[in-house]
This record gives sequence, structure tokens and C-alpha cells, in this order.
Amino acid sequence: MSPGAAAGGPPRPDLSVELAGVRLPNPVLAASGCFGFGRELTSFVTLDQIGAIVTKSVSLEPRLGLPTPRMAETPGGMLNAIGLQNPGVEAYRARELPPLAEAGARVVASIFGETAAEFAEVAGRLAGEPAVRLLEVNLSCPNVEERGQVFATSPERAAAVVAAVKARAGQPVLAKLTADVTDVTAVARAVVDAGADGLVCVNTLLGMAVDVRRRRPRLAAVTGGLSGPAIRPVALRCAWQVAGALPGVPVVGCGGILTAEDAAEFLLVGAVAVQVGTGNFVNPRATADVAAGLLELLAEDGLGSVAELTAGFEGG
Amino acid sequence: MTGAAGHPPVRERASVLERSRIGAYRSVTLVAPAIARSVQPGQFVEVAVGGEGAFLLRRPFSVHLADRGSAGTIVLAFEVLGAGTRALAAARPHDRLDVIGPLGTSFTVPAERTPCVLVGGGYGAAPLFLLAERLHARRCRVDVVLGAATAGRLFKAMEARRVSTSLAVTTDDGSAGTRGVVTDVLPRLLARSGTPALFACGPMPMLAAVSRVAAEAGVACEVAVEERMACGTGVCFTCVVPLHAEGAGGVPRTARRAAAAAPGGIRMARSCTEGPVLDGRAIAWDRLGHPDASRSEPAEELAP
Repeated sequence: MSPGAAAGGPPRPDLSVELAGVRLPNPVLAASGCFGFGRELTSFVTLDQIGAIVTKSVSLEPRLGLPTPRMAETPGGMLNAIGLQNPGVEAYRARELPPLAEAGARVVASIFGETAAEFAEVAGRLAGEPAVRLLEVNLSCPNVEERGQVFATSPERAAAVVAAVKARAGQPVLAKLTADVTDVTAVARAVVDAGADGLVCVNTLLGMAVDVRRRRPRLAAVTGGLSGPAIRPVALRCAWQVAGALPGVPVVGCGGILTAEDAAEFLLVGAVAVQVGTGNFVNPRATADVAAGLLELLAEDGLGSVAELTAGFEGG
Repeated sequence: MTGAAGHPPVRERASVLERSRIGAYRSVTLVAPAIARSVQPGQFVEVAVGGEGAFLLRRPFSVHLADRGSAGTIVLAFEVLGAGTRALAAARPHDRLDVIGPLGTSFTVPAERTPCVLVGGGYGAAPLFLLAERLHARRCRVDVVLGAATAGRLFKAMEARRVSTSLAVTTDDGSAGTRGVVTDVLPRLLARSGTPALFACGPMPMLAAVSRVAAEAGVACEVAVEERMACGTGVCFTCVVPLHAEGAGGVPRTARRAAAAAPGGIRMARSCTEGPVLDGRAIAWDRLGHPDASRSEPAEELAP
């Protein structure tokens, strides 16, 4: 049904948004690492109906990732330590992108590297791929040149990566931030100054769980990324802080979104779009369900667009 | 060589028909006609047990039995290990459960009448009962070996006798059957039965040992693995099992596999989509993470 097609009814709200210059039919994206390479859930959800699919992070060379156990459930969420397992950017181009393009999916390629130069090389390999609409820079990975410090925790390291990626990228660049810092706006400002076209708030929070009976960590890697509703208030706070500090820079909210109400929280505090991550594990249709729920939420209040909803936020 | 998932998974609002105790274990029978119709032996389902509460993730359960008849029911058998299985064990008749399935690969039911050996450890033996039924339908000879720590932890030994041509039992403490482990009795059984195909399900260390015995006897071996799992649908990459990248035992190296190969000749396969049923010879058993930490109730802690 197109807008206004229902005879006599009110016009159907318009969910489409523009993210860093790219038009998306709705503001609900599948988060990186939570939707595989896009083909796994086609029994449940139609790929071209998802706002965009952020594919699992790829590096220059294939990576095996970490040993198991890679997952531990915690209250309201889960810890994961996958270790960035991926087939490498060339296998990604040859094998993963074509079926996504064929399905009409809008792809955001998540990239990472052990050095700023490796990030840039991966961006360069994807520069000519028409199926890739945006790049997402996964800054929450260790920098081998600096004793394994995560890029995302330092404004300088994060900015160096974004600047290197921008020099080679063929698509607009989103930088994915971490909440594991004292001042998320300092990192946000640094990566925007380095050329980032948008920001994703936020990646998983570093966490840990111990198996008391076995007297050892529940993850083989000891620590891992905490995701799910448990982190939503933290992610929301970051999105609000970053959107407030950098008006005009598109912010994508991410962290524990399971429902349209959850998504609306992020949109109200200034995000132009959201990503659903762990929610896909529970409900393989989560992205489509959140988008459909947003449509209902707008229609109930007689609103025509996401912008009309967010204009009504008090207390920003 | 393992069976590919024939039918795409569906999400069903299954209603609880009944629940019961099976010795140390529990079972729940669900009316889930779409899943019951298409599930193959070895496949699993993901059940949402915690609702909106603290436990978010679905729990994977192998399908113990399936009845394609009028109502279309599946039976899940499990051990109460934590909050999720406690909630499932407390499900009452007519309760509705959100179930996704069937998921993963299945055991390869031979096309012809072939003698088969089935090996199960603890309640890991559950999916072998569905397999035994299907093998019976093909009029295959079915020799079953069940192992457990104690007699009380054997899974449905009486019923196993009914669905098998022969049954051997082992317990660690000798409280039932032969004192020892399944691999103590397996070599002689393999020699006697002349089976070309062995199917196993249970704890990972047992599957490693069974795969070794099968390889020594030159018998093909399919194992249903257990690994901690968040999604069950292939998107989270938590439930991986290391496979020899070249394949093994003459399994041809496909382009897809070659592309995923990594240094060390190992690749990490998702046990939810490429498994849970895998060729025992293809698994790099010496590269498993913490074998004793992987349980078939992956999202759960041990009960206190």
C-alpha cells in the first residue's frame, strides 16, 4: 500500500529516513555481528524490507576467531567473545555481497583492522562495490601497534582510523563508538573532525562473568561484549549526549532494542536511525517487527513521519 | 554427508500437551504441527522460555520424538540445569510456547536396508529415538549403546530396548550394564554388526572418543554436537566447532569451504547451521575450546 492509498483513510506514515546521504525505506537497521552476512534469516524476513543490513565485520585476511565458549547469558542480555571471525574482505566481496545485492538489500559493510592502514585497505577494496551503500568502522577492536588498546577508547586513535578510511572510502563512513570511555562526546567529536559522516552509539560494553562452580570465567576469552536490554539505558544516554554535542551529525542508536518503543526512545533523543542487534537472536523478524511497530506508533498518534515524532521530544 | 536441512524453519506458537519425568530428566510434549511434519532426526528447535524476563535468549533442544499424525506433536527431553529449563519443566498443559524449528542438519537415514549403530550419552541420547523410528521404517537393524555416569542417569533404557534390535548399556560406576564407557563395548559391537554407519549424540568428550573408535574401525560416523548457542539460526557465530578445512575421509573440498579455509587447516563451522549433525572425521577434536564446558543446555548455568 502506498501513502494515502487506503480510500478515505489517513495517509500512511512515511518511515523513510536519510542517513549520511543515503535514503533508507525505514530507520531500522540490522546491527553488525547479529545478522550474519544477511542470508541466514531469509526464512523469516525479507531482506529488501529492512532499512539496511550491517554485515558482520570483515578484515583484510580471514580470521578464525576465538575458542568456545564464546557466549554467556547474563541478566537482560548476553556476553560474547567471537574474536571477529570472518572470511576476509575478498571472500566477502566474492561470496557474501552478490546474494545481498540480488535480494535488493541495502548493505552497510562493517570493517576492521589491526592498524589504521589495514582499515584503509579494507575500505579501498570495497570502494568500488555498488552493493555497499555505507561503511561502518568497527573501532572496538584491538590496535596491535599500541599494546592491543582498543581504537575506540582514544580520540586520537579513533580519529586516525577514520581519517585513513576516509582517504580510501567510496561510500559515506559511519564510526561505531564505545560507551567504555569517560567522555563519549570527545571521541565523537574527534572522529567527526576526521571526516566521519555519521556515528553509531554504541558497540557492546566490555563485561565478564564467572562460573562459580567451575571457578573460572564463563567465556574462553575471559572478557566479552555485553549486549541486550541490559545496556539500553547506557546506549541511550550516549546517543543523547552525542546527538546533543554534535547537532547536524547523523546518529544511529544501538543497544538492546527489541521493540518499536525501544527504537522510539533512541529516535526521540536525537538518533535518525537505530540498529537491532541481540534482538535478532530472540526474534529473527525483529528488524521488520520494530519497523512495523514504529509505523503503528506513528499512525496511532496521527503523525506523518519520524521527524514529526521526534519534534515532540521535551527535555532534550 | 550429513543431511541438509530439508525444510526452512518456521516460528510456531506451540501449545503444551503434557509434561512428564523420565528418570533424572524431564520431557515436554508440544503441539507444533508444522515442525512435527518436517523435523528430521538430529535437528533441534529453539524455545523462548523466559518471556520478557531476565532470560532473554531462546534455548536449543533436540527433538526427541515427533508424531506427524493428527495433532502434530514433538517431544523435547532435557535436564533441569538452570532458570530456562526450570521454566520449561514448569510449563502446564495449554500453555503457549514460542518455538522456532526445525533447525540444523540431520542424521543421514540410509536409503537402503543397512545395519546401523546408535550411541547415546546421558540425555544426549534423546534424538536417537526419532532416528531409531525412522531406521525401523526402513527395516534397518538398529544396535543401540547407551552410556551414563550411573543407572539413574541413563536415558530411557527400557524404551531403547523396544526400538532397537540389540541394546548395550554402560555406566561409569557399574550400577547398570557394563562398568565403563560406551567406547569400551563399541569396537566389538562394530566388528560383530558389520555396520557401515554409526550415529552418536551426547557430551563432546564422548563424541570425540566415539569418532576415534569409528575411524579406527573404518566406519562412517555422524555426531550431533553440543556448543553454547545464542541464536540457533546462524547469525551470532557463538556455537562454532573447528573443522579440518580440507574436509576428511575423502570429503571433497568445495569452493565454499576452500574460501573459508584459514591458516592451520582449520575453519570454524557454526554448529547450528552446518551442524549439529557433523561428520565425526571432519571435526578437529584437538582444537575444541573447553570440551567439558559445552553443554546441550548452552545458555544455562549449572543448577546450584
